Amino acid sequence: MRPFDYARAGNVAEAGQMAGRFIAGGTNLLDLMKLEVETPDKLVDITRLPLRGIEETDDGGLRIGALVSNADLAADPRIRRDYEVLSRALLAGASGQLRNKATTGGNLLQRTRCSYFYEPSQPCNKREPGSGCGAIGGFNRIHAVLGTSDKCIATHPSDMAVAMRALDAVVETQKVDGSTRAIALGEFYRLPGDTPEIENVLEQGELITAVRLPKPFAGQHRYRKVRDRASYAFALVSVAAVVRMDGGKIAEARLAFGGLAHMPWRDETVEKALIGQEPAMANFDKAADILLAEAKGQGENDFKIPLARRTLKAVLADATKGA
Amino acid sequence: MKRNRRAKRSMKLKINGVEHELDIDMRTSLLDACRDHLGLTGSKKGCDHGQCGACTMLVNGRRINSCLTLAVMHEGDEITTIEGIGEPGNLHPMQEAFLHHDGFQCGYCTPGQIVSAVGMLGEVADGWPSHASADVKAGAALSGDEIRERMSGNLCRCSAYPNIVDAIETASAKMKENA
Ligand SMILES: Cc1cc2nc3c(=O)[nH]c(=O)nc-3n(C[C@H](O)[C@H](O)[C@H](O)COP(=O)(O)OP(=O)(O)OC[C@H]3O[C@@H](n4cnc5c(N)ncnc54)[C@H](O)[C@@H]3O)c2cc1C
Ligand code: SF4
Ligand code: FES
Ligand code: FES
Repeated sequence: MRPFDYARAGNVAEAGQMAGRFIAGGTNLLDLMKLEVETPDKLVDITRLPLRGIEETDDGGLRIGALVSNADLAADPRIRRDYEVLSRALLAGASGQLRNKATTGGNLLQRTRCSYFYEPSQPCNKREPGSGCGAIGGFNRIHAVLGTSDKCIATHPSDMAVAMRALDAVVETQKVDGSTRAIALGEFYRLPGDTPEIENVLEQGELITAVRLPKPFAGQHRYRKVRDRASYAFALVSVAAVVRMDGGKIAEARLAFGGLAHMPWRDETVEKALIGQEPAMANFDKAADILLAEAKGQGENDFKIPLARRTLKAVLADATKGA
Repeated sequence: MKRNRRAKRSMKLKINGVEHELDIDMRTSLLDACRDHLGLTGSKKGCDHGQCGACTMLVNGRRINSCLTLAVMHEGDEITTIEGIGEPGNLHPMQEAFLHHDGFQCGYCTPGQIVSAVGMLGEVADGWPSHASADVKAGAALSGDEIRERMSGNLCRCSAYPNIVDAIETASAKMKENA
């Protein structure tokens, strides 16, 4: 690990002005610093900031402080009752130990698990712009099938963010100059394009202070994660769903996908195609056709395309059964 | 290279109820601080990347991977290592149960398993659900499936898993009795 300066942020206003890399749970940043994939000159420890609360908002939603741990968030009675898909997604991620340390802000900003990104001797446009992409034509079993570019085919590994995307979460931040903004999660992440090193719209020194959830969405909440072992493994494909039925037909469907793209993937045309439909496999197949129309395998990850279809159909069948 | 970072820093750590003052490299993980500087070698390093759980410690009662955190970030915290859980002559029910059920072979993962299991039972007592819980809204009783899921952050290369699960069930019952 490279040497670094270390300072603690005493309040939210000064954190961004301390001109260093924020460290929260450290479970992703330190992992990458040990490998010298990340080499910050200075760490700003934000763990003493008062951002550990979960409070109710005026419009009936919740504001989750950026430092709320993944474990505390999953266990919060309001999240379990009204946003079950989020609790489920969190509990499907990492391990008990990691969830106790991992924070809401850090989870959103965790970096890809692409093995070339993790190995400084290998080419990787995300780690070292212009060096090439080792995964294209290489080992790419865990890589993306949607929204890729010829520069990068990495996926975003978070489970939490997939559920938050289905729930229309909004990220609240504070910039270095003290101004604040609210960014819909749907506008927060970027596709790799020509600049895979830029993963989101945050500016230098911009601190995530909270994630806001809107009023709860009624319906069946599901999070289905398909992975290589039953626990403590990243998703190959995951589906977050909130589905509401009315009179035997689908009235509302919110669907977000993990493991498929550089960001939690959501395609509202898939959701629209389901509205007013009966819960029949043929209709679920049509939705999958829309979702996967542009999907492109890279060789080792070709299996993700049929796997995403089957997982989506299984989730929809489960969420609509008995209605 | 413009890097001329001050390498060392003095810090105070409270481990197993005892305050220690250390002057160590800023980069030192909580695990290395305990093992290399305080002689607390019970916690083990399996992977150093959060992937095995051998380094599990409790921080303010919650289990974490001590390899993936900096010692300096834990000034003011209450840290518990396996040595603080119990020692020969005064074993914790979890340690006794691991002995009784032979919950190990080589023993390398064992300190992490035991500390993790103690932390895990605290989470269950607090009503936390898990991925294995049928209903996340309700609390979950401690079944074999619940133990396996909740302990998935602790790998055992010797695959002593069946006896580890038995040990945790026994210890859990014993601890309830004692409570
Ligand atoms: C073995 C292992 C298995 C895992 N499995 C899963 C899994 O199955 N599913 C899953 O979703 N995740 C998994 N994870 C990843 C884990 O969820 C992340 O490491 C964790 O959520 C990161 O949060 P943190 O607080 O530790 O972030 P840190 O490591 O502290 O920070 C990560 C990044 O976010 C930045 N940052 C942190 N907080 C803020 C803030 N408030 N404002 C601005 N920037 C900020 C940091 O500068 C850094 O760039 C796994 C990790 C490991 C090690
Ligand atoms: S897929 Fe992206 S992260 Fe992986 S090697 Fe290619 S450029 Fe790097
Ligand atoms: S040594 Fe910490 S998790 Fe493996
Ligand atoms: S007893 Fe050998 S690794 Fe678990």
